[in-house]
Amino acid sequence: MIKTPRIRLGRLLIYLVLIIGALISVLPFVYMITSALKSYGAILTNQFWPWWPFGDEPLQWQNYAQAINDIGFDHTWGIPLFYRYLLNSLIVTGLTVAGTLLISIMAAYALALMDLPGKNAIFMLFLATLMIPGDLTLVPKVVMVFRLGWYNTYAALVVPWLVSVFGVFLLRQFFMQVPKDLYDAAQIDGAGHIRFMFSIVVPISRPAIITVALLNFIWSWDNFRWPLLVTRDANMRVLAVGMQQFMAGEGGTQVHLMMAFASMVVVPVLIFYFITQRYFTEGIARTGIKG
Amino acid sequence: MALKVRADRWFGRLRSFRELSTVRQRRRLNTLLLGYGLLAPAVILLIVFEFYPLFSGFWISLTNWRLAKGDYIGFANYARALSDPGFWKALGITFTYSIISVPLQLGIALLLAYLLFQKIHAMSFFRMLYFMPYVTSTVASAAIWAYLFSPDIGPINRLLQSMGLEGLRWLSETRGIFQIMAARVGVDLPAALAGPSLALISLIIYTTWVFVGYDTVLFLSGLSNIPAELYDAAKVDGASGWKLFRHITFPLLSPTTFFVVLITIIGTFKAFNHIYIMTRGGPGDATTTASIYIFNQMVTYNRYGYSAALSFLTFMVILLLTILQNKIAGNRVVYD
Repeated sequence: MIKTPRIRLGRLLIYLVLIIGALISVLPFVYMITSALKSYGAILTNQFWPWWPFGDEPLQWQNYAQAINDIGFDHTWGIPLFYRYLLNSLIVTGLTVAGTLLISIMAAYALALMDLPGKNAIFMLFLATLMIPGDLTLVPKVVMVFRLGWYNTYAALVVPWLVSVFGVFLLRQFFMQVPKDLYDAAQIDGAGHIRFMFSIVVPISRPAIITVALLNFIWSWDNFRWPLLVTRDANMRVLAVGMQQFMAGEGGTQVHLMMAFASMVVVPVLIFYFITQRYFTEGIARTGIKG
Repeated sequence: MALKVRADRWFGRLRSFRELSTVRQRRRLNTLLLGYGLLAPAVILLIVFEFYPLFSGFWISLTNWRLAKGDYIGFANYARALSDPGFWKALGITFTYSIISVPLQLGIALLLAYLLFQKIHAMSFFRMLYFMPYVTSTVASAAIWAYLFSPDIGPINRLLQSMGLEGLRWLSETRGIFQIMAARVGVDLPAALAGPSLALISLIIYTTWVFVGYDTVLFLSGLSNIPAELYDAAKVDGASGWKLFRHITFPLLSPTTFFVVLITIIGTFKAFNHIYIMTRGGPGDATTTASIYIFNQMVTYNRYGYSAALSFLTFMVILLLTILQNKIAGNRVVYD
């Protein structure tokens, strides 16, 4: 068949729309990265490319050092506050993701592969929580944190987020595909449930587990309102809260410093995303559950 | 009846357990213990941090809880909410935010997904780029957009000015968009026709940017579930282009569309982080949505009881909308 010009024109139009969409998605990031390396003057005069070969300004790497310096200093740990925010975020996200994974794998295994009376009722209980919006339980959860004496501690930031219904749901679906014969074979070899779970089921379910880990990582890293509510001291802030506080203060006007701060937070996550992106999109497509 | 079947099943289990040898009984008991033990952490956490707060939250909403425990006051908080103009206005803004966001976001996402589905080279590359805003930390992307929107130094206004247009005040503009447009041609619109504030529209632009990629991914997976034979059969019958979309893609995609509409509505009602970061509900109360209003009642005024009552009321509104959507769209959704 001969391709008519009309079809080729249609193809061209499709690519044009897709490329415009891609540009709009990417352009704000380009502005972030470039603005972080400009002087304040170049921002004020809105020069998109103030460097060689169109301008004579050197790359302003010192913006990063200045942003870290201006954010402040944590005297309890003797490090700049930025690093403290980063450590807090890493501690909280690390504990949350690791805990969520372990707890979800255990629960999903019991629900999918063990013969337990009442397990369907328990699974319904899990699904029912998806109906409870987080906003509805915000006030009582804050009250609970005060009562437990967890205000301004890591426990308040981690423990309430340790169970992910999304994780249990996705892993259960995945574990149910594990053939029953595999367990019988493992049992003949003398392996119990725990051995079977960690040496067979978990390794063969790696894609699902990575998806759960990544999405929980993103949600935990992005968590803002909760840490804002349950922490008080500057050195207990996570990156998201620290960034917002900087933006509400000096960063609101010093755009180049704000963008330096933002790019220090965003670029590592984006690189991480580029490496692992297939797990994200597949996980979303499979469950469609939003954090 | 169902109860009797259930009870019989349990008795059956008990009987077959009794018939086992002692060694097997012990083994079975160990398995049960292990199984429930594996479930215990998740179940306990769910009960403590999801179900219990649901009930204690309702209890708090019946008290005049401020920073400390308050007295039981019945439904006084609810009655107060119903006559609180601030809350009604916040609900209205949330509703506007939702009703503009949903079609905008879904329309663009559906278009992109449909185009991506036309055997496009580098399809996964495009998908990866569209999804980038969703994985980016909200505070960071909100900070970027606050700069892009900035009235004096923002690139968007500079672009408008370079095209010979007047810059806008974006996130700090309380005037309605119709009002602004009318003012450009010298017409003074009455307040009733002012339209949603430009500040709110700016937030909607940001939200669209963040979630279009996410919705596109959902639509793509919906599209890939439509059997290719249907298209082939329709093409044999002479259908093409728009007809294919109208009579095959759109109806068969309706379960996905229904689902995406639902989570987007819920998402817009929950929206908090980017609004708080970019405008804090301002200027004035132009972008004070229900979630921002509830947050302020709790944090600024320490009205915990009142805030809890407001969240229950907002939840009822979402529930009502969901039921309404089910009623309206439910019959038109085609499940294969």
